[in-house]
Amino acid sequence: MSAVDSRLADLDRARWRMALTLTGATVLLYFGFIALVAFGRPILAVQVVPGLSLGILLGALVIVASWVLTWIYVRWANTVYDPQVRALLESGR
Amino acid sequence: MTQGAATAIGQPNAVAMAFFFVFISITLAITFWAARRTRTTEHFYAAGRTISAGQNGFALAGDYMSAASFLGIAGLVSTTGFDGLIYSTGWLVGWPVVLFLIAEPLRNLGRYTFADVVAMRMRQTPVRIAAALGTLATVTLYLIAQMVGAGGLIRLMFGFSYEHAIILVGIVMIGYVLFGGMIATTWVQIVKAVLLMSGALLLALLVLLRFHMSPVALFAAAAERYGDGVLAPGKLVSNPLDAVSLGIALMFGTAGLPHILMRFYTVPDARAARTSVFIATGLIGLFYLLTFILGFGAMVLIGPETIKAVDKGGNMAAPLLAELLGGTPFLGFIAAVAFATILAVVAGLTLSGAAALSHDLWVSVVRKGRADAREQLRVARMATLALGVVAVGLGITFKGQNVAFMVSLAFAIAASANFPALVLAIFWRRYTTAGAVTSMATGTLATLTLIYLSPTIQVDILGQGHAWFPLKNPALVTLPLSFLAGILVSLLAPEPGASAGFTRLERQTHLGTAAE
Repeated sequence: MSAVDSRLADLDRARWRMALTLTGATVLLYFGFIALVAFGRPILAVQVVPGLSLGILLGALVIVASWVLTWIYVRWANTVYDPQVRALLESGR
Repeated sequence: MTQGAATAIGQPNAVAMAFFFVFISITLAITFWAARRTRTTEHFYAAGRTISAGQNGFALAGDYMSAASFLGIAGLVSTTGFDGLIYSTGWLVGWPVVLFLIAEPLRNLGRYTFADVVAMRMRQTPVRIAAALGTLATVTLYLIAQMVGAGGLIRLMFGFSYEHAIILVGIVMIGYVLFGGMIATTWVQIVKAVLLMSGALLLALLVLLRFHMSPVALFAAAAERYGDGVLAPGKLVSNPLDAVSLGIALMFGTAGLPHILMRFYTVPDARAARTSVFIATGLIGLFYLLTFILGFGAMVLIGPETIKAVDKGGNMAAPLLAELLGGTPFLGFIAAVAFATILAVVAGLTLSGAAALSHDLWVSVVRKGRADAREQLRVARMATLALGVVAVGLGITFKGQNVAFMVSLAFAIAASANFPALVLAIFWRRYTTAGAVTSMATGTLATLTLIYLSPTIQVDILGQGHAWFPLKNPALVTLPLSFLAGILVSLLAPEPGASAGFTRLERQTHLGTAAE
């Protein structure tokens, strides 16, 4: 296995680590919310300000946070992963 | 006299007709333009891989946001309050999973269908057959739900008969796909996504104008009139396991929907696939946030009783709101948007079903990959026509039936048959032909069986006293079962060729063809 190959394998592993971590975060986020819906009704009924219950606030936050997670991944892939792969492939030529 | 009786819904609406006519004219012009560019299967299935990340982001959103989510969730929120919002979040959280696990490897490995990726290092025939059956099961169930919904909706909004509505949808949709293939389908999705987003934004804006531009003031008004209970979880989630099971189906089913997966082949590379999911997630997220405002707006300004008087399911909440705030012209616009939404979704579904029939079954299984380009394109078009006719037939057959459960059934099959096979094929070196076939077959059959034994069919539809299986959605059981079956069978009978293939494809999986 050449040096380029082993560096690429490292990059591979880094990508999967990132992908699995973020997937785990999404799963925790959503099923945490569902667990609250199922078992924490009194908590979600609390109104932060009149009209804005914790349930509505957290529901909206789940949506926003999911989007932020995709942003984190895309940013990492575009600024860290892609340039390193490209640099390696060019050095390997 | 109730407000419901004063609505123009259900009467032929000149503005709706005019908007609808404009939409049809524009999309058919696009189809004509696309037809001249559709010369090979690469164009027909994958739009020549020339769709940009931004365009694909809108098209993904267009493919995913069905009339059910626009009208259904707004209706659910308007009649139940917070409980409807559980769906708004659930329909979104699959997208990060699509991005992190599926989009890039799929783009790097496959050509037209997700079966390309599963079958890549396996024996083609058995895997292609199993994957095509998984695809066709998902697509058919989704199509039935869309067609039946379309018939009812168009009857309610335009006053056409149910059968005429179904046939009209069928003919226009077949026209898009048959002649314009993926290029036309993509642009229909984009036009529809823009229309749907602007319609929802405008409607939400008109609602908020009545509440000093404050969503919180709107929620407070709802709580004041209907009690604080509308802002908190209610009766919908009486069984926590049911909620978790539905959540699993929505989250992992999105990553197994054939018509969504197919869209990643239309962009030039993995980077564009990645960016397109980010854009789609933003659009879909914004749309579901808007359903909060539309739903509570309809609850306060129109009232759950009036909404249910027009349509028992609450589906007319958004159109009623449009009529109240913008008069008959705005109602006409929203009605036309709902119609465009249905057309676009069924076009995407039909194209992915046709790809499974022609690319996976005919070209790969029957002809063993020996079909020339002309034959491939001809078969793809024949499959489109056949599937379109079947969709119309099914729509008419299921008239008046309760088919709402079929959407969650489609998601359950996608999550339990397609998703595990795809993930194991991408991730796991020791996955084998027998393992892939077993996991897909187990996922499909277990889902169908458990849905049949569930309260949805036994109690709600067949009127039995109790159901053998307690959960409305089986994904909590069937997704792990499918993974387990695939892993066990692969470990029991190793397939050295498939493992060697994994090593061979490893770089391409992660790095794309640039790494070859």
